[in-house]
Amino acid sequence: MSDVSQPAAHPPVTDWVNDFDHTDPQWTDDPFPIWEELRAASPVVHTERFLGCYMPTTYEAVREIANDTEHFSSRRIIVRDVRPEIARNAAPPITSDPPVHKPAKQLLLPPFTPDAMKKLEPRMRAICNELIDGFIADGKVDAAARYSKYIPVQAIAHMLGIPESDSDLFINWIHMILELGIKDESKLLQAVQEMSDYFRAHIEERRSKPTDDLISYLMNAKDKEGQPLEESHVLGSLRLLLIAGIDTTWSAIGSSLWHLARTPADRERLIAEPSLIPTAVEELLRAYSPVTMAREVVKETTISGCPVKTGNMVLLSFPAANRDPKMFPDADKVVIDRRENRHAAFGLGIHRCVGSNLARMEMQVALEEWLKRIPDFVLDPAGTVTWSQGTVRGPRQLPILFGRAM
Amino acid sequence: MAERLKVHVDPDKCQGHARCKALAPELFELDEYGNAHAAGDGTVPPGLEDKAWLAKSNCPEIAIDVIEE
Repeated sequence: MSDVSQPAAHPPVTDWVNDFDHTDPQWTDDPFPIWEELRAASPVVHTERFLGCYMPTTYEAVREIANDTEHFSSRRIIVRDVRPEIARNAAPPITSDPPVHKPAKQLLLPPFTPDAMKKLEPRMRAICNELIDGFIADGKVDAAARYSKYIPVQAIAHMLGIPESDSDLFINWIHMILELGIKDESKLLQAVQEMSDYFRAHIEERRSKPTDDLISYLMNAKDKEGQPLEESHVLGSLRLLLIAGIDTTWSAIGSSLWHLARTPADRERLIAEPSLIPTAVEELLRAYSPVTMAREVVKETTISGCPVKTGNMVLLSFPAANRDPKMFPDADKVVIDRRENRHAAFGLGIHRCVGSNLARMEMQVALEEWLKRIPDFVLDPAGTVTWSQGTVRGPRQLPILFGRAM
Repeated sequence: MAERLKVHVDPDKCQGHARCKALAPELFELDEYGNAHAAGDGTVPPGLEDKAWLAKSNCPEIAIDVIEE
């Protein structure tokens, strides 16, 4: 039996172009100059780390890969130190390739349309205000830990029909899967097991007492032959919705507040012109895109003139694509009224984020409610901002001062 | 001056980002999966030309055409 208990240590990176590592602390803290350096070197760079991994650095190369399901598989969606056997129904549809992808995705699309999200909006406003009530008297807050973190977790718990009071449990599983799991297989396996057990218990409960939520929805869904979904498929999709629904939007809201805390001109403009918030949200999504996905090269090909070989992973960095100056004028600047913004924060091609309409609504509501009640705020100079590692980028500690404490 | 504009969504390219519906709700509709198509026959009523171009330039999948007739 192989020893999976010891997470791998990674030597610090000294040659970014030939030996990049998205878990290196330098990348975690400030990836933007690194992406610039990589992009200047090549549209596709390679590292021997993670058992061999490419990274497209331009918008065009990212788009090419995202749209090429023949040479690139989605069966592995996180670049990690290990490549265990593919688990069946790991997290459909995001881990599915054509032709099984489309029917699995179509099942999940109707509950996440913009109209469906509109109905959730009042609940979201209430959640944001309840959270603000909890700290507004203090004049200071860790906005990541006490605000941005709990907005998406409560939203997806509400949609899945699982207790919002279990939020800390969900957040811990996601940390184990998306961060610790990159280097420590045992943590990932443990979290997947615990999530599956958790959802199995909820499925069991609904057999006698059906409910009006996403768990019952998936239990009652039929595949394209008209048969109920296999239990492994239902569990895989439930795990996906929980994992994908939480720290992605948590990160996006946190990065937005981080930007506004440091940029009074943008903050003042959004307060004076709240109708600009949806446009600003798109720009904040472009500039601080939280999610980097992965693909696996399953057939040799060429991307932007660069050959890629099978058996390597691809770090499909939508965030780096969104900083490509060939695609976005002033790509390194946050322009909150940017009109043309074809950003790729929610992915491109068939794996477009199923929850993008939910995430956009949550971000808009979270910023609107925060700015209404806390118009003036700054980063707390006595505190430290820390950023997550790896798959999803966002602040994990965001100390902020406001009101009298400023 | 102003030619008549028509919008068209390529159904094979659209992935349901729904940017067009957000930016130009008069010109686009979404189906039950959230995928977009042009409202009616796609004709852009006078005064909404800017919204048509805005939707086109914000579609992440480059699925929207604005046709000048």
